Amino acid sequence: MSLIAKDLSISRGGIVVLEGLNFTLAPACALILKGPNGIGKTSLLRSLAGLNPVAAGHLGGVQEQAVYAGHLDGIKPQLSVLENLLFWAAVFGTSPRHEGLAQALDSFDLEQLKHRPAQFLSAGQKRRLGLARLLLAMRPIWLLDEPTISLDQASVAGFAQAVKAHLASGGMAVIASHIDLGLDAQTLDLTEFRARAETSHDPFLSADF
Amino acid sequence: MGALLIRDLRLAFRAGGGFGLGLAFFLIVLMLVPFGIGPESGLLGRIAPGFLWIAALLATLLSLDRIFQLDYEDGTLDLLATSPLPLESIVLAKSIAHWLTTGLPLSLAAPLLGLLLNLPLQTLPMLAASLLIGTPALSLLGAFGAALTVGLRRGGLLLSLLVLPLYIPTLILGARVVVQTASGLEANTPLVFLSALSLFTLALIPFAAAAALRVNLR
Repeated sequence: MSLIAKDLSISRGGIVVLEGLNFTLAPACALILKGPNGIGKTSLLRSLAGLNPVAAGHLGGVQEQAVYAGHLDGIKPQLSVLENLLFWAAVFGTSPRHEGLAQALDSFDLEQLKHRPAQFLSAGQKRRLGLARLLLAMRPIWLLDEPTISLDQASVAGFAQAVKAHLASGGMAVIASHIDLGLDAQTLDLTEFRARAETSHDPFLSADF
Repeated sequence: MGALLIRDLRLAFRAGGGFGLGLAFFLIVLMLVPFGIGPESGLLGRIAPGFLWIAALLATLLSLDRIFQLDYEDGTLDLLATSPLPLESIVLAKSIAHWLTTGLPLSLAAPLLGLLLNLPLQTLPMLAASLLIGTPALSLLGAFGAALTVGLRRGGLLLSLLVLPLYIPTLILGARVVVQTASGLEANTPLVFLSALSLFTLALIPFAAAAALRVNLR
């Protein structure tokens, strides 16, 4: 099973931002997305996650296989760290006794914080809790959008370790990041796929409407 | 789906979750009626069914924007949409949680407030029954409105404008049940139609609301 994109076009708000994207991601490989702000890294990741329908082209092997981590962590402030994790474990059908939970708490250094309400976590701790969800989803493809924002150096190293372990077990990752995680990964510079003309598929947004 | 329902209920009961707000609003609006209309008991008894149902609509409306908005703002909705749960069952779980925290307590409190408004004693069970059967439709229609307006900031007013017209059939049938019982007639016909309405929304709304959410999450 691998992730295949053929002649993919990605749109944001009805305007095509990326076109002609081709890539293949094999098991145990990671893909780092690079490019200036606004190029469409987030839109591409959301399309891979199935949230944003692709404007054109073919995308294979993603749906139901991917877990997405965006700019927002989806944490409920009134629930404790453990309750947040157990909720996501239940949503993804992972048993609370599965080793993934202990692993998630351990990899992201949340064991000490486990009973603390999430509203009293710092920004970096919240991020770690958001990323810990990835280990509970038991899905092969990780789609990560700027995962290291607000993490300190030690946490970034811990996170890179978790990604490496995931890849080593045959997983895949697509990561939009500006910092080097020290992964052995292909890099895809999105600048060369920038849409030539700002064509629109939405009749309401086109100029002659 | 069960996990989502339990989480929503838990959030509602914790600090700032808003459980009881709808019920308290219902209570206060109905306490205000005698002050505004005057203490003439015959008149109060006549208008009570309509007022009880309108107050129930407004109390339901109050908490509708919480159904999806909070989950949208903190990113949970994106993550749920990419999870194994179909969006339709997410809508259903959230509507059920909304009903359990607003519609159900309203229905149970209504007979007591009916007494306060001088509704004849024998109509009180029918009042509770009509609300129990009708309020699920209110929560479901509300979930549809909430799904349509989820991406908008301060969408609460628009949500009310969208949803209130959809509540009209439920209001007519629900109040009709109580009025007919109060005047000694059989209320089976409106009750059956009210049930049909609730079942119809139950069958249709999860799909409609899920489609609206899909568009709004793009």
